[in-house]
Amino acid sequence: MKKVSLRDTYGDTLVELGKEDERIVVLDADLSGSTKTAKFAKVFPERFFDFGIAEIDMMNAAAGLATTGKIPFVSTFAIFGTGRAWEAVRQTICYPNLNVKIVCTHGGITVGEDGATHQALEDVANMRNIPNMRVIVPADDIETREVIRKIAYTDGPFYVRLSREKFPRIFDESYRFEIGKGHVLREGEDVTVIANSVMTSFALLAAENLEKEGISVEVIHMPSVKPIDTELIAKSASKTKAVVTAEEHSIIGGLGSAVAEVLVENFPVPMERLGTPDVFGRSGKGWELLHYFGLDEKGIAEKVKKVIARKR
Amino acid sequence: MVRFEPSFFLERNREIDEVTLRAIAREVRKDILKMTSEAQSGHPGGAMSAADIIVTLYYYKMRHNPENPKWEKRDRFVLSKGHVCPALYSVLARTGYFPLEKLHEFRKLDGDLQGHPDMKKTPGIEISTGSLGHGIGAAVGMALGLKLDKSDSRVYCMIGDGEAQEGSVWEASMAASHYNLDNLVVILDNNNLQIDGPVDEVMSIYPAVEKWKAFGWHVIEINGHDFKEIKAALDEADTVKFKPTMIVAKTVKGKGVSFMENRAEWHGKALPPDLLKEALKELGEIV
Ligand SMILES: Cc1ncc(C[n+]2csc(CCOP(=O)(O)OP(=O)(O)O)c2C)c(N)n1
Ligand SMILES: [Mg+2]
Repeated sequence: MKKVSLRDTYGDTLVELGKEDERIVVLDADLSGSTKTAKFAKVFPERFFDFGIAEIDMMNAAAGLATTGKIPFVSTFAIFGTGRAWEAVRQTICYPNLNVKIVCTHGGITVGEDGATHQALEDVANMRNIPNMRVIVPADDIETREVIRKIAYTDGPFYVRLSREKFPRIFDESYRFEIGKGHVLREGEDVTVIANSVMTSFALLAAENLEKEGISVEVIHMPSVKPIDTELIAKSASKTKAVVTAEEHSIIGGLGSAVAEVLVENFPVPMERLGTPDVFGRSGKGWELLHYFGLDEKGIAEKVKKVIARKR
Repeated sequence: MVRFEPSFFLERNREIDEVTLRAIAREVRKDILKMTSEAQSGHPGGAMSAADIIVTLYYYKMRHNPENPKWEKRDRFVLSKGHVCPALYSVLARTGYFPLEKLHEFRKLDGDLQGHPDMKKTPGIEISTGSLGHGIGAAVGMALGLKLDKSDSRVYCMIGDGEAQEGSVWEASMAASHYNLDNLVVILDNNNLQIDGPVDEVMSIYPAVEKWKAFGWHVIEINGHDFKEIKAALDEADTVKFKPTMIVAKTVKGKGVSFMENRAEWHGKALPPDLLKEALKELGEIV
């Protein structure tokens, strides 16, 4: 599969949006070259605001801009946007339900060499717990563009988690993103694997390999972690009776937790979560780290076998 | 009590003398004490120190429309020290944003006047605040947005002196001057008290004037209970170009009631009924 840059697509989509709508403004905290908001800054310098290394103020100012009718996109690295600035996001953006779009790059372990301080393994959890906030984790460039365009014209706060690393392209131009909807990418009978971000491509690989071993895997891509597609999860679980989640995030509070919440309340079945196991990351190359933490097709296959063994 | 037609507020710099402003502020102080006392919770001290400035903003300076709180041409006020919202609620009620009776809803389950300002529940609130250190950043964003729109609306914001210990206040102060926000005026309610005691003993913010000057602000020092000085400072801020203005207002926490003045204990404690009677008497109410 061809590898594509989600953050470059983000920058390009911002420029597109900037051309069609004067209300679009962009804020960054000294990372515009990395988050790719620099692309927007180059074309629309008067609508780009660098707040320096001051993430809390940046979030508060985005809220203020939203009250004047602007559509602010705010970017920095995922750990700073959802960690350092968490309380500003809660108090000044989400509590008054303001129209601010937080799009952070450098989510997950694939941040790579910078190591644990820069690897956001908690960002989805940090944002998912705030009322009014919606949380989207795209898998490739085509989906990223769809997501960014959709949230630009949907009122209220969003958190979108993008990566530093390029990810395999999964979708084609016919792909359409809907808030709160998952996508069945492959139908199966024995187990459901629910994934997002780079883990969706590994889920597809795992499903192919497992088929040779006689295990039929249903693969669901779930970009919308909140709101989550309860109906689709329950439907698939009632068919396969076993679920595995896979995410480039801590197993606490992210996609795995969200799916578990749905299952316990709707259709309890054995479930296994793949993610980082409540530990910090470390330095290494992005793809090396995925394998180091077992976040790959092998890791998924192991969880699949484990959950199938638990089926009653 | 003096009432004004809503149309009175549509132009800035209204003809209203100090005697009238003082009379209005006295009513506002009574409201503050009654609201907090009725709820047996809330923050009277810092509301009393802020009252004269908020009254001057809404009755003399700001262009606003109580009948149409979202009026596009309005000036905006952000109460970054959100805990003193009884002062703001009283002024909003008295200028006509909602009926005075609503003040009884303060901090109650079946009411719209939350313990800290909520822009979704209360007309006239520009941004929700309560967690200190955030409102001033939101005010910076508003000032930026208004500039982008080439609007001549102005943004006023009040912060506490204890609040100024928050790093985000200085992030916002840096940004305001970096973006030359001459449409932003911040008032520091410098009562030198916070919960644990005097600001200079808990964690000194001084020299405050020099700090904001060093951050590139135009700084004006006033007595925050002298209406002539408040008006003059707000007028001076109108003339400043390419810089935000900081008005460092020396104030007295608990101002207006002798036994509350300069006492940290009345920061977040409501008056019991007997002391309320006493205080209202001092403020000239026949009880
Ligand atoms: C971030 C945050 N920390 C703590 C508090 C609790 N708190 C409420 S008021 C206050 C003291 C504020 O002092 P100051 O800013 O001087 O206000 P004033 O004297 O004008 O009442 C504190 C610590 C808060 N509201 N927000
Ligand atoms: Mg104080």
